[in-house]
Amino acid sequence: MEEKSPDIRQTVPDLTVHDHLVHLAARLGAKRNDWRVEPGLYRLGGAGPSSPVFVTANYRLSFDALRSALSGIDAYILVLDTDGINVWCAAGKGTFGTDELVSRIESTGLADVVEGRVVIVPQLGATGVSAHEARMRSGFKVEYGPIRAEDLPGFLREGRATPQMRRIRFDFKDRIVLVPVEATQGLPAAAALSLGAYFLDGPLAAAGLLGAAVAGLVGVPALLPYLPAKDYSVKGFMLGGAVAVAAASASLLDDNGSGVPGKAARAASYMLGLPPLSAFIALNFTGATPCTSPSGVRREIYRYVPVMAGMALAGVILNAAQRIARTRKG
Amino acid sequence: MAETKTNTLEYDEALCNDCGMCMTVCPHGVFADGERSVYLADPDACMECGACALNCPRGAIKVDSGVGCAAAMMIAALTGRKEPVCGCESGGACC
Repeated sequence: MEEKSPDIRQTVPDLTVHDHLVHLAARLGAKRNDWRVEPGLYRLGGAGPSSPVFVTANYRLSFDALRSALSGIDAYILVLDTDGINVWCAAGKGTFGTDELVSRIESTGLADVVEGRVVIVPQLGATGVSAHEARMRSGFKVEYGPIRAEDLPGFLREGRATPQMRRIRFDFKDRIVLVPVEATQGLPAAAALSLGAYFLDGPLAAAGLLGAAVAGLVGVPALLPYLPAKDYSVKGFMLGGAVAVAAASASLLDDNGSGVPGKAARAASYMLGLPPLSAFIALNFTGATPCTSPSGVRREIYRYVPVMAGMALAGVILNAAQRIARTRKG
Repeated sequence: MAETKTNTLEYDEALCNDCGMCMTVCPHGVFADGERSVYLADPDACMECGACALNCPRGAIKVDSGVGCAAAMMIAALTGRKEPVCGCESGGACC
């Protein structure tokens, strides 16, 4: 069997400084065009006809995680065209799927490159790939590898994935790397709200709103498993509630000459207005997790979004009322 | 036929040939190996990703799969689209 083929690109397991910079940009949501890898067949190390074949998406972070995990291993990497989207999300859309796998096996002439008739697909790709259908159509058996590329050496050593390798771990590090992208999406809106609050009420309300936003954007991902509630909205209400208590306490100590009723109204407006912001952000974090089901999220939306909207509206009205009363007084 | 209330997962144990593919692909340990067939060990942990149904050669599993993303669903509801789709391509590392 021949090894040379014009369609095979050589790659290396070692990541360069430039690779790491691209990863950083991707984590920040910047330089989108750099995230793509050319689809096709890649040779890692001195891979030959008897080497294993690993399948991945043409998202830079996926490809790089795979090749660096395979350091010291001779293998082929088959990169599917997923439009620059990672394996899990592309599988959900179906772009990392049976059709693309079968046609990529054919277009790269994989059957002429390797002797084996097995491709190792990441487990999270199973949402888009039907193993029995792919085998029927391509002649290649789909073997599901571990969820994480870093478990591949262990998988190859043991000849199978252990139950631990097959279970989703949504660790602190997994959650925290999502924060910058979530923040770049959520912070501009939060800043606008905060600015509005500054002019309506003052710096305390502005700080409270920013605090509630940060609680949702950073606190919820960081503390996810420790917040004692199943629903993400409730997790958000908890942290937003803590911020609201702090802001309300500060407002009670802040003598703005509005008297006890005015102060109470202002503190109450914080208690009503701030938690829904954290809760709403927390609810939206469901899209970034590999844990929530559409049924569960739908139930959460119907259950909590009306509550959030009602509380936020009541908070704004109460705050405006105390502000108007204060202005008249002064 | 086991049906759960918290999600749309349905499993017909009578059709199972015990190939174990569902146990392999499920990232949440919903299925476990029984005597002659696989059984539902933790159906509430299902996130409705659909990997098991797609990889069951006997068609023993059904699930309404989709994205468990609140933003996608609310956007779908607001724009009158029936099927929520992941819409973060332009910005996110999410989907």
